[in-house]
Amino acid sequence: MKRGTTIYLYELAWILPSIALPVGMLVALAVTAFGAGIHLPSDVGRVDSRRVTETAPFDALGVTQIAPGQYEVRMLAQIWAFAPGEIRVPAGSTVHFWVTSKDVVHGLFIARTNVNVMVLPGQIAHVEAHFDRPGEYSIICHEYCGIAHHTMAGKVIVEPRS
Amino acid sequence: MTSVTTAPTSTETRDLRLGPEARMMAAYLAVALVALFGGVVTGLLQALDHAGINLYPWVSPFIQSYYHGLTVHGVLNVLVWTTFFICGFLPYITMRALGLPLARRGLGWWTFGLMTAGLVLAAIPLVANAATVMFTFYPPLRAHWAFYVGLTLVVVGTWLVTLNLVLTYRAWRRANAGRRTPLPAFMSLVTFAMWSIASLGLAAEMLFLLIPWSLGLVAGTDALLARSLFWFTGHPIVYFWLLPAYVSWYTLVPRQAGGKLFSDPLARTSFLLFLVLSTPLGFHHQYTDPGIHRGWKLLHAFLTFAVFFPSLLTFFNVTASLESGARARGGKGWVAWFGKLPWGDPSLAAQVLAMLLFTFGGVGGLINASYNLNLVVHNTAWIPGHLHLTVGTAVTLTFTGITYWLVPTLCGRALWGRRLALVQVWLWFIGMAIFSHAMHQLGLMGAPRRTMLGAAAYVQPEWASMMRWVGIGGSILFVSSLLYFLVIVLTLALSRRPAPAPPEFAEAMSGPDHSPPILDRWRPWLALAAVLIAIAYGPTLLRLATTTPLTTPGFRVW
Repeated sequence: MKRGTTIYLYELAWILPSIALPVGMLVALAVTAFGAGIHLPSDVGRVDSRRVTETAPFDALGVTQIAPGQYEVRMLAQIWAFAPGEIRVPAGSTVHFWVTSKDVVHGLFIARTNVNVMVLPGQIAHVEAHFDRPGEYSIICHEYCGIAHHTMAGKVIVEPRS
Repeated sequence: MTSVTTAPTSTETRDLRLGPEARMMAAYLAVALVALFGGVVTGLLQALDHAGINLYPWVSPFIQSYYHGLTVHGVLNVLVWTTFFICGFLPYITMRALGLPLARRGLGWWTFGLMTAGLVLAAIPLVANAATVMFTFYPPLRAHWAFYVGLTLVVVGTWLVTLNLVLTYRAWRRANAGRRTPLPAFMSLVTFAMWSIASLGLAAEMLFLLIPWSLGLVAGTDALLARSLFWFTGHPIVYFWLLPAYVSWYTLVPRQAGGKLFSDPLARTSFLLFLVLSTPLGFHHQYTDPGIHRGWKLLHAFLTFAVFFPSLLTFFNVTASLESGARARGGKGWVAWFGKLPWGDPSLAAQVLAMLLFTFGGVGGLINASYNLNLVVHNTAWIPGHLHLTVGTAVTLTFTGITYWLVPTLCGRALWGRRLALVQVWLWFIGMAIFSHAMHQLGLMGAPRRTMLGAAAYVQPEWASMMRWVGIGGSILFVSSLLYFLVIVLTLALSRRPAPAPPEFAEAMSGPDHSPPILDRWRPWLALAAVLIAIAYGPTLLRLATTTPLTTPGFRVW
């Protein structure tokens, strides 16, 4: 009996911090999500992948300034390129990406930013990123999309403000 | 009949060597090992590509591209090696623990035949480069129909294994009313029960989307609906691979270490939590998918953290059990006892080293699950780095360790080359530490996963050294694999000494008599699992299933 009690106390001494640890991480997660406003992509609607080039907003691909310091990118991913493949914005801009795929599943990934979203045919993906530092950022397709997947890339060129 | 009086009467000592049970185990193991071999050969080619050595032109009649090889690697190692090993090992363990043969031995062999036929059917287009769609086969990449039908037959086979285990358990229960189910049998049943629930997503994806579409019966499919059904199964499948390793860690390793299981009730608790929590969290693989509201993703993040709890219980219980063994062998101190484990036993060394690397896999998994932090690592080389610590080490190195007693038991001959086996085990540990570290680093630097980096245009100068380390780590892993197959083959071919007795199941310091009856009941836990799945998945799956037009055409772009 004495031995059983000892084991029970050991178990308890482990179980309580084992509950506290995930709970603490949940709190940290909630702070970064709702406090710092770093969110995941969400549900913004469908588009027919067969008629995507005739459907707004993908009938006019490219970059548009929508407000001071705010840019909108309407982008199409297809084997094996992004259209547009090169995006130029001034430093300090916030860029709103609207992306979909014309064929298979692709990914839109821009290292050193929070842009990381799956690009599915049939779904519109929407993400935002803020570009403060001038320089070149690689846009990489990070989902296997066929034999030339490793050639599918583009770039964001952030120009110094004059 | 004097032998009757001298033969051991305890059911635990039922000898399963060379009997029908051993033959079935050996059959599954043989298929698993062939798959593992195919997977490690293709794996080497990928690692060398990252180091700047392109061997694909040399193997082009067999492996037609990086992505062809990568698909073969994933399907053989991640799906076939694990599943076939488990469908042999857990019934074998259950029979040994219950002291009963399989309830339906004929069905058992039909099941093996069905799974093997399914595997062959899937392997034909796979090998012929007609199914280069990765082991996740995201549509609208469209493989040959035989690939989907074959894999579906394998899944149906796993359900028949569940059925046979349940029938065997009921036969035992009829003769043992009121007794606690022996722990190894209990854990095996939980594993297959969990899997049978979780695999419904994959089955639905195959039957309603991929098979009719690949046969041309319907014109289109949908990427998001297919992914959601796939990941319904895709995360719990990791537990389907991992829990059999836990079965060994809980019920055999403490004895192999010379000690006892610390707590039987705590072990049952953690397995029941895995039964309940493994499935309703698959959106954490779809954090960056459009078309799923982020509120649901947040809920799945919470539930993923919840499943961390039974993992922590396992960490504690297994470590405490190892410590009891080491202390019984004269180990002292807070940490120094670790050195007193029987490190000369390759079976034990493999499994303890698997646990060590799995600790890092667990921490990495928490990072992946952390909602917005996932944006840093999703689909980068970090992810295969993580998977190689979990499936590639916690599971694979543990299974390797198991075969170091299992193969001698099955063939009746001692392991050939204990030292060589030890070298193999340590090489896997070192090779994986290097490989996995380099992959994690590459991911943080922005290198994508599943990509022929050796030919990619966007490779950054700072990736170069880590890409070389991927090649070095992968090569060490390949050498370790060759040593492994050498030891197994020479045990079968050359070993003449009789096999030692297989490890017995460990006793527990806090035994099954301390476990409350609720831990030996099924319906409340299965009901709780169903409710959680309905809450976490119900609304999204219902919306997708009822509103998604199946209009996306298929592509063969490899």
